[in-house]
Amino acid sequence: MTDRAVKLIYFAWVRERIGLAEEHVTLPGGIATVRDLLAWLQARGDGYAEALKVPEAIRVAINQDHVPHGAGLDGAREIALFPPMTGG
Amino acid sequence: MQPIVRIQREDFDLAAETGRLREGSRDIGAIVTFSGLCRDEAGTLAALEIEHYPGMAEAEIGRIAEEAASRWPLLGLAALHRYGRILPGENIVLVIAASSHRQAAFEAASFLMDYLKTRAPFWKKQHLRDGSASGWVEARETDEEAAGRW
Repeated sequence: MTDRAVKLIYFAWVRERIGLAEEHVTLPGGIATVRDLLAWLQARGDGYAEALKVPEAIRVAINQDHVPHGAGLDGAREIALFPPMTGG
Repeated sequence: MQPIVRIQREDFDLAAETGRLREGSRDIGAIVTFSGLCRDEAGTLAALEIEHYPGMAEAEIGRIAEEAASRWPLLGLAALHRYGRILPGENIVLVIAASSHRQAAFEAASFLMDYLKTRAPFWKKQHLRDGSASGWVEARETDEEAAGRW
């Protein structure tokens, strides 16, 4: 698997703890699923570790559609990480 | 029937939106509207700040509305959601469902709200009047249960 460029977007307290609204990253070859991505991001710094310390609490959307943590990243251009939603 | 979905900063007018939905129709026998408002939490809340995911908010509510339209015989369906700073007493969300008979309109409006609360990418932050720490509203277990019943 080759390295892939994706746009990561963060919302609410995930955004505040990481300290960024969005960023462009190149995913290393071994990152195949959402679960892999969350583990890889946790190691990028204290803010990431704090934001993602309870991975089960993080909701994920790929290309603006909800996905479970077991989902693959093939075809992902935009990956969003956010807390459970509280609209309405 | 093409559902109407709007995500906007500005307020909306219930009567105007309902009027637009039923315009020119003579077969609608029932209209159910749901308005979600900002509470003042016993006088402690100064404002809500609603963050959203532009693009996905429209797409996700659109998907939920299409699902509602496929499950009930609707003659009209609209979902409006605001973002940005909202004061106590102001509107947050509006759902309008129209059908020939009341049951479809009641159920579709309820379904749309239950799904919207757990799947539409919006997050509320509370700003308190006394200036103490503002905080993100936590998702409620009961909302998940409400969505699960459909």
